[in-house]
Amino acid sequence: MNKILEKEFITPEVFRMRVEAPEIARKRKAGQFIILRTCDEGERIPLTIADGNADGGWIELVVQIVGKTTKALSELEPDQGICDLVGPLGRPTHIELFGHVIIVGGGIGIAPSHPIAQAMKAAGNRVTSILGGRTKDLVIMEDKMAAASDAVVITTDDGSYGMKGLVTDAIQKMVDDGVKIDLVVAIGPPIMMKFVSLLTMKYEIPTLVSLNTIMVDGTGMCGACRVTVGDETKFVCVDGPEFDGHKVDFDEMMKRQRMYEAEEKESMDRYLK
Amino acid sequence: MQIPPQLMPEQDARERIHNVDEVPQGYTEELAKTEAIRCLQCKKAPCVAACPVEIDIPGFIKAIVDGDYRSSINILKETNILPAVCGRVCPQEEQCQRTCVVGKSRKSVEEAVQIGKLERFAADWEMEQGEAEVPEVKAATGKKVAIVGSGPAGLTVAADVRREGHDVTIFEALHKPGGVLIYGIPEFRLPKSIVMREVENLQKMGVEVKYNMVIGKIFSIEELLEEEGYDAVFVGTGAGLPLFMRIPGENLNGVYSANEYLTRANLMQAYSFPETDTPIARAKNVAVFGGGNVAMDSARTALRLGSENVYLVYRRSRTEMPARVEEVEHAEEEGVKFHLLQNPVRLLGDDNGWVKGVECIKMELGEPDDSGRRRPIPIKDSEFVIDVDICIVAIGNASNPLVPDTTPAIETNRWGNIIADEETLKTSMKGVFAGGDIVLGAATVILAMGHGRKAAMAINEYLESGAW
Ligand SMILES: Cc1cc2nc3c(=O)[nH]c(=O)nc-3n(C[C@H](O)[C@H](O)[C@H](O)COP(=O)(O)OP(=O)(O)OC[C@H]3O[C@@H](n4cnc5c(N)ncnc54)[C@H](O)[C@@H]3O)c2cc1C
Ligand SMILES: Cc1cc2nc3c(=O)[nH]c(=O)nc-3n(C[C@H](O)[C@H](O)[C@H](O)COP(=O)(O)OP(=O)(O)OC[C@H]3O[C@@H](n4cnc5c(N)ncnc54)[C@H](O)[C@@H]3O)c2cc1C
Ligand code: SF4
Ligand code: SF4
Ligand code: FES
Repeated sequence: MNKILEKEFITPEVFRMRVEAPEIARKRKAGQFIILRTCDEGERIPLTIADGNADGGWIELVVQIVGKTTKALSELEPDQGICDLVGPLGRPTHIELFGHVIIVGGGIGIAPSHPIAQAMKAAGNRVTSILGGRTKDLVIMEDKMAAASDAVVITTDDGSYGMKGLVTDAIQKMVDDGVKIDLVVAIGPPIMMKFVSLLTMKYEIPTLVSLNTIMVDGTGMCGACRVTVGDETKFVCVDGPEFDGHKVDFDEMMKRQRMYEAEEKESMDRYLK
Repeated sequence: MQIPPQLMPEQDARERIHNVDEVPQGYTEELAKTEAIRCLQCKKAPCVAACPVEIDIPGFIKAIVDGDYRSSINILKETNILPAVCGRVCPQEEQCQRTCVVGKSRKSVEEAVQIGKLERFAADWEMEQGEAEVPEVKAATGKKVAIVGSGPAGLTVAADVRREGHDVTIFEALHKPGGVLIYGIPEFRLPKSIVMREVENLQKMGVEVKYNMVIGKIFSIEELLEEEGYDAVFVGTGAGLPLFMRIPGENLNGVYSANEYLTRANLMQAYSFPETDTPIARAKNVAVFGGGNVAMDSARTALRLGSENVYLVYRRSRTEMPARVEEVEHAEEEGVKFHLLQNPVRLLGDDNGWVKGVECIKMELGEPDDSGRRRPIPIKDSEFVIDVDICIVAIGNASNPLVPDTTPAIETNRWGNIIADEETLKTSMKGVFAGGDIVLGAATVILAMGHGRKAAMAINEYLESGAW
């Protein structure tokens, strides 16, 4: 049991949850995730460690409600416990001095990009963050990202905030303006990561993406999380979650993410009843 | 008159594919006694040496003849902390029973004394009595031992080291104990309550079990020894790395590793979906690739999840199948369709990325290979397609790399197995022992336990003498 310390809704669909996990808080590095189960009948779901504090003994998760388990998690209150929590899992982000690093966060993907922005900055990089959302309310964590970056660019699909357009438009603009980019780290919906990767491939800008495949154990035991990277099959939970965006087969990955669409709907409908 | 081997009553095949209850239902007292009388009580019993943990087989069988079941289970437990498990899943016909004098004299292993079934009987008898007797633990020594992984190897080490009065903590990556016994082997072959009960007994002895702890991530082995204050570490992390066939289409939806399929069904209880949350694909036509216990378990699980046609595709013939005879028979009775001497070459998908067919090629057997089995050779132009909605790849597991990858001081061989001394199970790193599947590659429960016993002895000795 890991005790919930705080919970706060950032948007109607997204909440931040602070959870007691002293050992994970000490060990976690940027880019790593946990797997949790809310109850004994529950599913194991992966969530990125969005923040943490070793002295305080807590980690923070930022979660978007998309189905049964995230909904059930959102209904837990401070002082209640999370049945199982395991981590830190996955390989940490490779942090070094690259020069100018662009962090691209789309929607809920902004949360996992936060510790990476922090670590890149701490390593001496100039960090520009591009935060994208469909509309103003979906651009989360702007303050925190601003604190971790040298500059922040906001894009919304509908133009309700920041620049109207997609995150790729913002990257394109930087390229057109002659801004030197040494590395792009893109985290968000697979379709966003795919188009960011296609764009940066054109300009030969190294690009890391963080994949969110379906997982079960998170220890490399089952292969549920496998993706094609280059001509190899990789397990996201142990070989990733970050990979060279130019080599990932995003189309295959997006199909695999939809494997349980019918069951997920059934589970959610049943829960809401 | 010669008494034939006593059969164990089983659930009817037509019924049992609609539930997950155990298939063989255990001996009655009468059946057990009749079977026990068949043992000749050999002076130099060859069966004992053929058991990896050297159970006093004539001894525990004699106690059954005498109706002294308490003594019988005590004899078993002297060397085997999981008799209820081994009695069910040991490949007995290749171990203890293979050498039995009764079987030899009748020139058939099938005629051997049914040692495994009797072992199960004694263990089940104890469970029916309620609480098990908790083994005595010696006075505290102040030494601490960390065990990584709660499979049969780790559980055995825990019991034997704890008995000597050392503090024992098991670190388990998953949220439940037992390793393959819980996540892999299905309920209908090994009820999970048996494993849970044995772990509770260990806890009563004072063994601490910490779940959700992935060693290599939360603590490295060095940290366990240097910062967390453990005096010795046992690594029993198993062979949990699923192998795939590396053929086109293997990442299509509906294609599972056996590990994933069985983990969803067993550990995550997907057979109760939507009462439980973890989904599993249910489909009419299922192909399973492989011929071992893991393939049989997958095929039989698919039947229980409502599949109509379950095809077991194996590239050699029936005699080469590594699965236990009993499991092959059970699978066949339940309606699994064997496609022998066939090998998948390609998986075909539909527009949504779901598997819809498997292209196989027919095989014939050539000369024996390194393993002594005849090598299968593809027959040219014999390809054909089986329509399927799910495929389960059960061609084997390699060693779990999490610990070796993060602990360079532990030497591994070219298959990624940890190298450990055969007698002491010492690794190349001081204070660290390893055993079970992580050393042997995918092997058996009882071999993992045999390793556990040897390792525990060596750990106890090391803790006492301090000499490496
Ligand atoms: C490494 C990693 C880090 C992630 N970090 C975050 C995060 O910080 N915040 C966040 O909101 N989400 C994150 N996700 C996604 C999150 O795991 C899913 O949203 C969650 O599992 C959905 O569960 P559900 O029951 O609510 O929804 P469901 O109705 O079960 O599924 C909704 C969608 O989530 C995906 N999904 C379903 N089950 C799983 C599973 N067991 N594992 C992974 N994905 C699944 C499917 O693609 C599905 O389409 C991360 C995923 C991965 C792999
Ligand atoms: C489906 C199936 C059917 C089988 N049927 C039979 C049978 O009928 N008879 C038979 O004798 N054998 C059978 N086997 C083989 C047998 O189960 C194994 O040989 C045996 O379980 C090995 O025991 P072990 O203790 O070495 O490892 P495992 O049982 O694999 O346990 C290892 C444990 O370590 C944990 N772990 C791994 N990495 C870490 C880490 N880094 N930190 C913490 N914990 C970790 C795992 O989660 C797991 O719980 C079968 C195997 C399978 C998969
Ligand atoms: S543990 Fe296995 S090999 Fe040993 S006696 Fe029992 S069934 Fe036979
Ligand atoms: S070899 Fe057979 S008959 Fe002899 S003691 Fe062992 S089980 Fe009994
Ligand atoms: S989630 Fe099972 S191997 Fe990655």
